[in-house]
Amino acid sequence: MMRPFRSFYLTLIYLFLYIPIGTLIVYSFNNATFSMLWHGFTLNWYRAVLQDSSLWLAVWHSFYLALAATTSALFIGTLAAISLYRYQFRGKNMLQGLLFVIIITPDIVMGIALLILFSLSGLALGFWSLYIAHVTFCIPFVVVIVYSRAKSIDPNIFAAASDLGASELQTFWHIIVPILLPALISGALLCFALSFDDIVISYFVSGPGFEILPIKIFGLARMGVNVELNALCSLLFGLTLILVCLSQWVTRKKKL
Amino acid sequence: MRNKFQYFSVGLITTWLCIFGLLSFLVMVVMSFLQHDPDHIALWHFTLQNYEDLFDPIFFKIFIKSFYIAFMVTAACLLLGYPFAYIISRLPERLQNTALLLLLLPFWTSSVVRTYAMMSLLKTKGLLNTALLSLGLIHEPLQILFTNTAVAIGLIYNLLPFMILPIYVNLERFDISLIEAAKDLGAKYTTIFRKVIIPLSIPGIVGGCTLVFLPAMTLFFISDLLGGAKALLLGNLIEDQFLMANNWPRGAATSVLLTVIMAIGLLIYWFKSNKRINYDAAI
Repeated sequence: MMRPFRSFYLTLIYLFLYIPIGTLIVYSFNNATFSMLWHGFTLNWYRAVLQDSSLWLAVWHSFYLALAATTSALFIGTLAAISLYRYQFRGKNMLQGLLFVIIITPDIVMGIALLILFSLSGLALGFWSLYIAHVTFCIPFVVVIVYSRAKSIDPNIFAAASDLGASELQTFWHIIVPILLPALISGALLCFALSFDDIVISYFVSGPGFEILPIKIFGLARMGVNVELNALCSLLFGLTLILVCLSQWVTRKKKL
Repeated sequence: MRNKFQYFSVGLITTWLCIFGLLSFLVMVVMSFLQHDPDHIALWHFTLQNYEDLFDPIFFKIFIKSFYIAFMVTAACLLLGYPFAYIISRLPERLQNTALLLLLLPFWTSSVVRTYAMMSLLKTKGLLNTALLSLGLIHEPLQILFTNTAVAIGLIYNLLPFMILPIYVNLERFDISLIEAAKDLGAKYTTIFRKVIIPLSIPGIVGGCTLVFLPAMTLFFISDLLGGAKALLLGNLIEDQFLMANNWPRGAATSVLLTVIMAIGLLIYWFKSNKRINYDAAI
């Protein structure tokens, strides 16, 4: 039984977390441009969002950037996690240290470090600079997630597989990958969300020719509150909700 | 075959991280020692000027202000987050998971979206003012948006979970029998809290504070959206040096300083958690 004070306190904090988003969603349906009074239900702002082609271009850019970055980070990170788990090699500690440092480095430091590197090497800011940056900050998260799942594998399985004549590649495809599948899925979802939402690093390494959604929203928000943006943000929040529920459902099913 | 797989996967990640992690960081450090030149990125000429600049009164003021705001935000997150983490760590396991999911749900959406939501809540004709006015608590709208208070609220809103999670993880592993032992020995609840629970959750507290303090100095977009026009945070200073003033070496020096602050925080954390491990070994 929860004591009343405790549930009261929890409710208060949750209200603090949800009221801003809740307000945003409610007022995205309000039939008025500036007023906070209720002027009736409308879907006009959503219609405006759907018809804004520059917005959709930014969404499309963000989407395929996140997809590309997730795929690459998943590939590199998973292979690394498996090697870290199975083999002893020189520089293993250094590699783990490097991964740790990248996770905790403030985003802004990574953003400008990459900006300097790209400008000195002559790489134009655009899709590729964003892609490299996103893969770099996603890799450590994949390694951490996949590695912690890999640790639960019984090492005897590998001995059994090689006794039965499986090659290393067969072991990889038929044993390791299926066991790691839940970790791969949650790693992919996390990477996608990180990449799709990132603003600090992207702000420094994006160029005018390739606009992505967070930067676009940041630019619009700088000009002030507007109802169309309310609708867009509500849509994004709804999308997030669906993705999180999906990932919960996937992990829960795997546990059974 | 084993070796091929291993060489390929280890080589791939090592190459990637060495180029885009390590090398880019080293280039930034080198850049911080180069001379500023308005026509080029920098002049190939060693100088300590950029670090001396950081002690210039104008920049120094921004540091102090940024430190002050980060400190207040961290303190507020700790005061709000600790009881929250404590309460959920004592819930039954099923409820714990739901509580955590509810906590993290808003944080899966972009921080710009969340900051924008805060912006529309705090504006002069926003919900907060409308509600306070209609309740008769105030007689004219409060000017919160575009003040330092708004920046602090925005930072707390964005960073609270980073305080709660490490403390929760720490408290969740907490051995409940220690509390019972203290009770048996006649300790009052406040004494138990002060002498048993708080000291044992120090690693979580330090971890949470590090995770909140650093971003609180650097999340420039929050102060861009919620604060006034002035550069307020260390992050705004860096942003300005790169995108407006075009003084990359100075921006690089500021980032190096930030990294040093981070390293100090980590050392404290490492030291504290090592002490914790020794303590465990002692019992």
